[in-house]
Amino acid sequence: MAHFMYFTEQPMSAYPEDEGRREGYTALMFSNKYYDPVEGSRLYNERLEEYVQVEDVGFDGIMTNEHHNAPFCMQPRITVWSAILAAITKRVKINELGNPLPVSDNPVQVAEDIAMIDMISKGRLVSGIVRGAGTEQLANNVNPAYNRERFEEAHDLLVKTLSTPGPFRWEGVHYQFRVVNPWARPLQQPHPRIWVPGVVSMETVIWSAEHRYPYIALNTTIEATKKVWEVYDAAARRVGYEAGPENRGYLIRCHVQDTEEKAHQGGRQFMWMQGEFTGLGHPVWGNPSGYSSPTMRRQRLAMFGRRRAAPYEQQLQDLTIIAGTPDQVVEKLKIIMRETRPGIFALWGNDGHVNHEDSKRCIELMGREVLPALREYADELGLKDPFELNTPVSLAYTPKEQLHPVAV
Amino acid sequence: MATTSQTWTEEYVEVAGGRVQLRKGGTGAPVLVLHPDIGNPGWLPFHEKLAERYTVYAPSHPGWVSSDLPEWARNVRDLGGIYQWLLRALKLDKVNVVGLGFGGWIAAEMATLCRCGFDRLVLVGAMGILPTEGEIFDQFLVHGVDYVKAAFHDPAKFEALYGAEPELDRLEFWEINREMTTRIAWKPYMYNRALPVLLRGLDTPALVVWGREDKIVPLNVGRLYAETIPNARLEILDGCGHAVEVEKPDELARLVSEFIG
Repeated sequence: MAHFMYFTEQPMSAYPEDEGRREGYTALMFSNKYYDPVEGSRLYNERLEEYVQVEDVGFDGIMTNEHHNAPFCMQPRITVWSAILAAITKRVKINELGNPLPVSDNPVQVAEDIAMIDMISKGRLVSGIVRGAGTEQLANNVNPAYNRERFEEAHDLLVKTLSTPGPFRWEGVHYQFRVVNPWARPLQQPHPRIWVPGVVSMETVIWSAEHRYPYIALNTTIEATKKVWEVYDAAARRVGYEAGPENRGYLIRCHVQDTEEKAHQGGRQFMWMQGEFTGLGHPVWGNPSGYSSPTMRRQRLAMFGRRRAAPYEQQLQDLTIIAGTPDQVVEKLKIIMRETRPGIFALWGNDGHVNHEDSKRCIELMGREVLPALREYADELGLKDPFELNTPVSLAYTPKEQLHPVAV
Repeated sequence: MATTSQTWTEEYVEVAGGRVQLRKGGTGAPVLVLHPDIGNPGWLPFHEKLAERYTVYAPSHPGWVSSDLPEWARNVRDLGGIYQWLLRALKLDKVNVVGLGFGGWIAAEMATLCRCGFDRLVLVGAMGILPTEGEIFDQFLVHGVDYVKAAFHDPAKFEALYGAEPELDRLEFWEINREMTTRIAWKPYMYNRALPVLLRGLDTPALVVWGREDKIVPLNVGRLYAETIPNARLEILDGCGHAVEVEKPDELARLVSEFIG
């Protein structure tokens, strides 16, 4: 069977949007004087209730993430939220997608957090990792020019810390530690599963495949997703294994309500963080110098400031947003499943101003009506997740005799 | 705005495991001109004016367009080390150094590293010291072209050199240079707390030149340089921004000539 998880960016929409429009951006330097902690407290607690419900209605997992200095996401510390979920849920996987490794100067502390959450949750953690978006580099004042180098070195140190008995010493290019020997070890051995979410960077797709980490395509179009799997599969063959649905994850914006009209009301809220209402990004902060691949430099400069989200109707047509009654969304989601064959499927349920009551109704309908149909269809398609197949957690932990590299 | 009949030559010098592009022109005592962080747009009227009296050496910084990337370099002192190597490779025992903006920071670091080598030091709108009043403009928060524009007091002079809407090639040139600036000057941004301490030990005569309307590095930093370097003098040019070599090329060349002799 496939793995179905619930996601929301956890928008903090309770702020004066006129101020955002006046400034022209709601990221990085949009003043936090507009942040109302009374509303923040309310929203956090409503979300906690929603996540408990997510487990109750039958999801397999909850996907968490992290962003900084922007109203579109209330999670500046992924491990804090994951730790809370570890304590208040009983069954669901807690899927961190992911820990933004380069923005921390201390991957050993990240390993400590992961070990704690894994033990508290009794082995339900997936400790995914990401490079972190451009704005995160500025918000944490971490050099964007070394983002990929730091990601790779922090990953090596993180995995070694989780899976190798200490003490050992680390003298890297970006990280140095006299003693690595945290008094906390993950329950899942050799370490919790690592998944890697992403949007466009083929370098990251290849890197994930080369490590045998499932890649989670974040709301890409069907065509773009297929391209991702072509690249992933080729890289997998080069290092010696055949990738399948268990290596493929997909996140889709999806809002469900009892009536079509109400579903579109909520579905339109997905445009909120895409800048139609607010959630205004900034082309420099979103992509600071040195952050993205030099191969993209010229194109990025030529397109500067011109990128806009496609209109809502267009996105419905492209299946990058899905909204409707349970029957309607099931039909659309089946197309995605059939075309891209993910073994890990994330439904991004609620965004913008969708209120607590409507969020709960969406989650309820997803769990009670949408998921059973999707599970049946996944079985029909033979989509299986890494847990069911008990795949090795990484290439490094794949028995050598099972690897048969092919020149591709 | 590079001159039409070429009066300079171009070569590549192998230093520190990479090639440094070097433009050279004129005759007379050697003057090393270190360009600002945005890069060297070419052999400017300022270079031409200096070349009337001196041999002008104008390298492109390692990692900037036309010179190889020193992947290992992590700070401005590392570039200073590469340039000391360049001076040895060129067999220049005594040289005058004119550092423009970010190039001034490199020059100041070099001066503190080695007593020999520098006859006279000229710092123009130099980064390198944390201002006690105002802030150094953070280029990483704005589009590349807006940073370059901020270096000018007179927008017409920006347009005369780069055009009203700079072409994609020009934007790319600035961006590559900015990526290298990111690599070595991200944090702390554009200063070294050790520098003012070490500058107090200099015995090299120094001239500090500042545009009064410099929006990139506050004039306060010019005053700090002049107060910190024992044998230094500050000259302030009115109606001029950070890009002194473009906005006031003749005045700057005259000040440099009078100072170097």
